[in-house]
Amino acid sequence: MSNEKHHIVPYHVYVVILGALLILTFASIGITSIELGSLTVAAALFFAVIKTYLVLIYFMHLKYDKPYIGIMVGAVFLLFIVVIIITFLDYLYR
Amino acid sequence: MQEAQSALQASYLHHQGRYKGLLGWIFSTDHKRIGLLYLYSITTMFVVGLLLGLAMKFELLAPGKTIMEARDYNATFTVHGVIMIFMIVIPGLPAVFGNFLLPLMIGAPDVAFPKINLLSWWFYVAGVFLVLAALLFGSGTPDTGWTFYAPYSFKTGTNMLPAIFGAFVLGFSSILTGLNFIVTIHRMRAPGMKWMKMPMFAWTLYGTAWIQLLATPVVGITLVLVALERIFGIGVFDPALGGDPILYQHLFWIYSHPAVYIMILPAMGAVSEVIPTFSQKHIFGYKALIISTMAIAFVGYLVWGHHMFTAGMSGTAQYAFSLLTFLVAIPSAIKVFNWISTMYKGSINLKTPFYWASSFIFIFMIGGFTGLVLGSLATNVHLHDTAFVVAHFHYIVFGGVSFSFFAAIHYWFPKIYGRMYDEHWAKVGWIMFFIGFVSLYTPMFYLGMKGMPRRYYDYLPEYHGANILSTFGSWILAMGFLVIVVNLVRSARKGEIAVANPWKGKTLEWTVPSPPPFENFKEIPVVGEKDGPYNYE
Repeated sequence: MSNEKHHIVPYHVYVVILGALLILTFASIGITSIELGSLTVAAALFFAVIKTYLVLIYFMHLKYDKPYIGIMVGAVFLLFIVVIIITFLDYLYR
Repeated sequence: MQEAQSALQASYLHHQGRYKGLLGWIFSTDHKRIGLLYLYSITTMFVVGLLLGLAMKFELLAPGKTIMEARDYNATFTVHGVIMIFMIVIPGLPAVFGNFLLPLMIGAPDVAFPKINLLSWWFYVAGVFLVLAALLFGSGTPDTGWTFYAPYSFKTGTNMLPAIFGAFVLGFSSILTGLNFIVTIHRMRAPGMKWMKMPMFAWTLYGTAWIQLLATPVVGITLVLVALERIFGIGVFDPALGGDPILYQHLFWIYSHPAVYIMILPAMGAVSEVIPTFSQKHIFGYKALIISTMAIAFVGYLVWGHHMFTAGMSGTAQYAFSLLTFLVAIPSAIKVFNWISTMYKGSINLKTPFYWASSFIFIFMIGGFTGLVLGSLATNVHLHDTAFVVAHFHYIVFGGVSFSFFAAIHYWFPKIYGRMYDEHWAKVGWIMFFIGFVSLYTPMFYLGMKGMPRRYYDYLPEYHGANILSTFGSWILAMGFLVIVVNLVRSARKGEIAVANPWKGKTLEWTVPSPPPFENFKEIPVVGEKDGPYNYE
């Protein structure tokens, strides 16, 4: 393991991502002041997904890791989506 | 023999680390010692769970009150369930044999994170004490059943919070073990040990570890929500506040059904090691077994709703869950056929581990087939919440884990302790346990079909005969367990000295002395192109 090269991310990248996360956080709070009706949850999830993506890609180094790590993370999210879909087979058809 | 004696002295059992005596065990980061810490902790808790189970069966020896009141019976089956599920069958094989054997099997000096490994055992101990605190202190022993179903779990006046918190902490222990195994398997396999050269037990630990990592947090969060519901009345599960109690069942079973596979996959892995060794034959359908392992791990994640067919779920969801449940039977059946085919024309050595492994297949098949009866929507309506369900899941969960666990402990006993167990008494223990098990649970299938509900301390007179047989079975099983434990404890101290590879196994753990040295391998082994875990040609 010690022979592997580790990608060193420049500090300015982290600062930019931190800024983006803060802006998205304020945006997710700000959007609650707009009456979106049934889309309120979707709007909150939209910002949360972008923030999660940024954290995974940059802070957790998925961008610089071997592709199979990304595939494994993708598989976990796929499983999560399948679980949600199956759960809603109950809630949508009850 | 001289060599075996010196191996014993140079082994991890006698290794002198930073601390001496008991501290040298409870603060050891050696995976082998941690495996044994789990073995002793789990066995201790199993005795507690077994005594509670025996008390329940004694209560059911005759209709009406026999030895306890209805409320005590409710508390007894709750604590029995919490102990057996969260403290024994879930950590069981992965924590004991996974910890002890995974690094040895893949040619590694230890797991990837030894300190986190020790921390996971400490979390286990903390969780055990929290649950026991719920039992002994506060406002009455929890009486919800191990499932903590809402809304009763946040309405009951009994001591729920320590029990919930205990299960939550035990979940952390499970997650850390799973994380450790995934990283160990990815990063620490010996040179030349490609994925398709890994032993089946390591493969099943890998599948299990993913379930531990992905499913356990769901129950952790769910239990936190129950606690918040009790303390603050947040209204997630409380229908009076707009909540949905069926949501609790979804969230609980999203974890707790895959938890069945946390128990059964390593059990299948252990059996997949025992059968080729005692048949002296390459395992049949190695790749099919791997694919079926991963298929069970994946599909098993999606079948939780079959616990809720009568709970008020939509018809669409019921059809989907029933279909998915039937799908799990396919990879499970592939495994059974492969084990039988491995034995075919093998040079079978009828030793105790083989008896346990063979009877595992028998027990697992009965458990599996009765699972299909429950997975079918029409029959489920009749059998739901009857003794039939209790018999089914004890066949799968208790039978699956115990028979494979005892197969594993007898198989790897010479490796773990460097001594042989007494073959005669081991067989006596096996036959008693087997007869006891079948007598204990088979009548419950009949009782369930006749309509006897589960979790009742009383019953109608027509159920009396089968209940007597079942209670007698519990006594035979307990005596069998006693014989097994006494034999193993005595053999660990006074048994015949074991050689490095008494069963002529082909996996890497049999290449090191028995018991293994502290550092496992003097040099990390290199697995050649023609080497393999079941290369008996």
